[in-house]
Amino acid sequence: MAQFTVFDILRNLLLATQWTVVLSIVSFIGGGLVGMLVLFARISNRGWLRLLGRGYVELFQGTPLLMQLFLAFFGLALFGISVPAWLAAGLALILWTAAFLGEIWRGCVQAVAKGQWEASASLGMGYFQQMQHVILPQALRVAIPPTVGFSVQVVKGTALTSIIGFIELTRAGTVVTNATYQPFLVYGLVALIYFCLCWPLSRASQILERKLNVAHSHH
Amino acid sequence: MQYQWNFDWLANYMPVFVNGVAITIELILVGAVLGVCLGIVCAWVRALGPVWLKPFVAAYVELIRNTPFLIQLFFIFFGLPSLGMKLTALQAANIAMVVNLGAYSCEIIRAGIQATPRGQFEAGASLAMTPLQTFRHVVLVPALQRIWPALASQIVIVMLGSSVVSQIAVEDLTFASNFVQSRNFRAFETYLVATLTYLALAIALRKVLDGVGWVIFPRRKV
Repeated sequence: MAQFTVFDILRNLLLATQWTVVLSIVSFIGGGLVGMLVLFARISNRGWLRLLGRGYVELFQGTPLLMQLFLAFFGLALFGISVPAWLAAGLALILWTAAFLGEIWRGCVQAVAKGQWEASASLGMGYFQQMQHVILPQALRVAIPPTVGFSVQVVKGTALTSIIGFIELTRAGTVVTNATYQPFLVYGLVALIYFCLCWPLSRASQILERKLNVAHSHH
Repeated sequence: MQYQWNFDWLANYMPVFVNGVAITIELILVGAVLGVCLGIVCAWVRALGPVWLKPFVAAYVELIRNTPFLIQLFFIFFGLPSLGMKLTALQAANIAMVVNLGAYSCEIIRAGIQATPRGQFEAGASLAMTPLQTFRHVVLVPALQRIWPALASQIVIVMLGSSVVSQIAVEDLTFASNFVQSRNFRAFETYLVATLTYLALAIALRKVLDGVGWVIFPRRKV
């Protein structure tokens, strides 16, 4: 039987980690873009758009990410395209991330005092001018810490894509375990790598929250 | 392309789904009750407990919150037996959910405890209560009341997250749908039914937790 050193195991895990990182970044950026649409739907003046946005958020926050991955994987196949796992994984994660980011940002926009809307309206600004010059810059400051914090959920969410066959850190952990019969060591290392990815993001979120809160209290 | 929807199989496989739903409910029931208890103990340590214990709880919370639930599950189910701890899949799933919710609820409940006005602790002390008595009889319930909506959301998130326990062959709702779609070859419809069932479960769980809050907390503004 072949022998595996800890170094061999770690090297294989780290090779797979790059796919976890790539998928996380793609999902986060893609989710952010779609999340903007969700945000604008949620705070729209039109009732039907608000309803649509709310339905979207309810649907994606009220069902397991794993089910969304399965539906993306088998749903895309219905259109007659054979779907590679990475495509289904990316699509599901983007839509899932968008629901959460859109909802986080909605809270931030609605936290901007109502007087700011009224003041900018009284200056004759249109909706998009108000958004661009008055509301979004203020909302952005409140939004940064929870947005960074949510990126941790995205990184952890990518672990589920192993189940539909995308080869990333968790999948590599399973493969390496099957080769080495050392689940305690391998899954311990996998957990440690995830921790090294997520913990700095968590810390950054906490530090930013403290910093921006201090700035806020000067008002 | 014209896709032919087919839900004819649903009646035949209903018992499988019902069984899966029952297991999912069992998982979240055990997970929520024990997880919140663990969370209360950990929150007490972090907010008011002995200094030497705090770093251990902090490490536990950070470790759980910064690793995927799936890996925690694999570590418990595949990793711990090599230390001599033999667990059934269901036990491993229960433990993983309790440990996971314990860490998240610790942080939520701690926020509730730390928002307690100083006067409450002083009032307890002036009635000759020990710090632990003050915590138990004066601080805890209003603290939980303050953060109940956040705690309820977290419990719903853990319930939805429980779908991955199918990966260690716990026969929950996801496992049931995997089984059914391997028999009827109607993957999309099967997972659609399962997804909508989860949505219904999430909405129902939310209502139940609101109801629990209504029953256990005195109906006044804190």
